[in-house]
Amino acid sequence: MDSQSTAPPLARRRFVELILGTGLIASALSFLYPILKYLIPPKLPDYANEAVLAARVSEIKPNQGKIFRFGSKPGLLIESAAGEYSAMSAVCTHLGCTVQYRSDLNQVWCPCHNGMYDIHGRNISGPPPRPLEALDVQVRGDEIFVRRKTEG
Amino acid sequence: MSLRARLKQWVDERFGWEALTAPLRKKTVPSHRYSYWYFLGGITLFLFLIQVVTGALLLLYYRPGANDAFESVQFIMTQVQFGWLVRSIHSWSANLIVFTAFAHMFSVLFLKAYRKPRELTWVSGMVLLFLILGFGFTGYLLPWNTVSYFATKVGTAIPGQIPLIGRPTLIFLRGGEDVTGATVNRMFGFHVAILPGIATLLIMLHLGLIQWFGISAPPKIEKEWKQSPASRREMHFFPNFALRELMAWYAALGVLGALAALFPWNLGVKADPFASAPAGIKPEWYFLFMFQSLKLIPAKIFGVDGELLGVLGFGALAGIAVLLPFLDRKEPFNTSRWITGAGVLVLSYMVAMTIYGHFAR
Repeated sequence: MDSQSTAPPLARRRFVELILGTGLIASALSFLYPILKYLIPPKLPDYANEAVLAARVSEIKPNQGKIFRFGSKPGLLIESAAGEYSAMSAVCTHLGCTVQYRSDLNQVWCPCHNGMYDIHGRNISGPPPRPLEALDVQVRGDEIFVRRKTEG
Repeated sequence: MSLRARLKQWVDERFGWEALTAPLRKKTVPSHRYSYWYFLGGITLFLFLIQVVTGALLLLYYRPGANDAFESVQFIMTQVQFGWLVRSIHSWSANLIVFTAFAHMFSVLFLKAYRKPRELTWVSGMVLLFLILGFGFTGYLLPWNTVSYFATKVGTAIPGQIPLIGRPTLIFLRGGEDVTGATVNRMFGFHVAILPGIATLLIMLHLGLIQWFGISAPPKIEKEWKQSPASRREMHFFPNFALRELMAWYAALGVLGALAALFPWNLGVKADPFASAPAGIKPEWYFLFMFQSLKLIPAKIFGVDGELLGVLGFGALAGIAVLLPFLDRKEPFNTSRWITGAGVLVLSYMVAMTIYGHFAR
């Protein structure tokens, strides 16, 4: 008899707790969801899919490099000692510092952790794990345009 | 041992659980027919917390300055996911907090909770009320739209009329002769750094004083309890009152979410310092009673500038309001009748002028 009189209220209490608890958790989640979504910054349009004017032929001499603006990130244009142009992303593949061309070494150098790349952006010494992203170079008259390499 | 028991033991061994939770167990709330008014302060605190959270979120994308402010708010409203919701909640909550703070102030006034020994609780609360209005005023310019531009122009010109200190105050508030991008930067600094800092300290003081003195029962109720001690009712703050308060917060959040979702706040048009003020321009509703009064005051009263008299009048009223507890009688059971009368008068004046200002052209 005793167990019969105490069991139902407890079960009822469990039920109420379950309903209230589920409701509270559900509403907490519904408040958290918009906040988490809000924290994700919206994607900004990146204009780097078009050709970017990197430099003028007259601006750059053999065995020299120039940093230019490629969309939202820096790019590096190099004229080799032989007079050939090559372009690559200037963002080091190690930890994202901006690299520079060293005329004395004929190499691309990242000052942050002494990473070295050759003039085509291939990593040759130091911590960089991958080559720099290579870019396409087009010379039109006096202007040197750079664009992202198209696949295939 | 369960995790909860182990946690409790950890705290107990270091701080003493019993001593730590004693104030919570001891604290009671008088239970009577006016008890519902006790929720208003808590709801105001809750809305302040909402402002802190949504304000911090807005800071992730907002940029001050004349060239960036409007565009960044536009970006929040149109590009950031749920940005419109976060900004609308911030704006709606800003309006509701002014309302609940005023309601809390008048309920404390009419229930006579400011009496000895709680004078400083009242003073800190009044300063907090002014700070809330300051938050409203400084935050209003931040989207840099037409109405906020002219509201700030007028709002900073008003203290500029006070003799001697007026002009330096105006320059200080505007960051120059005119309302410009420099003013936005200033208001931004006040809004997100200086006011929150002061407000946080004052809220801690306010809550500390409430904890220290306990919750006041109205003199009328105290008299009734004195006559028949058996009728005295109190409830424990924790968990009885705290859970009720939590439900009030939950309801407030529901109202806030519904308002923000159904009536998202407008952004308006970007401010143009070289455009005329739009016809029918008005301040936010909580400044409307002062705005309407200043509109009605004649230009000259006995040779004195009418507007100046109005501004000084409101200043004097605010000063009297802050010092109110010191103007009441010392005996806690015999409060002055005139204070209730003056309170009713001021409240009716504010309500009437707000309604008049809303419909006036």
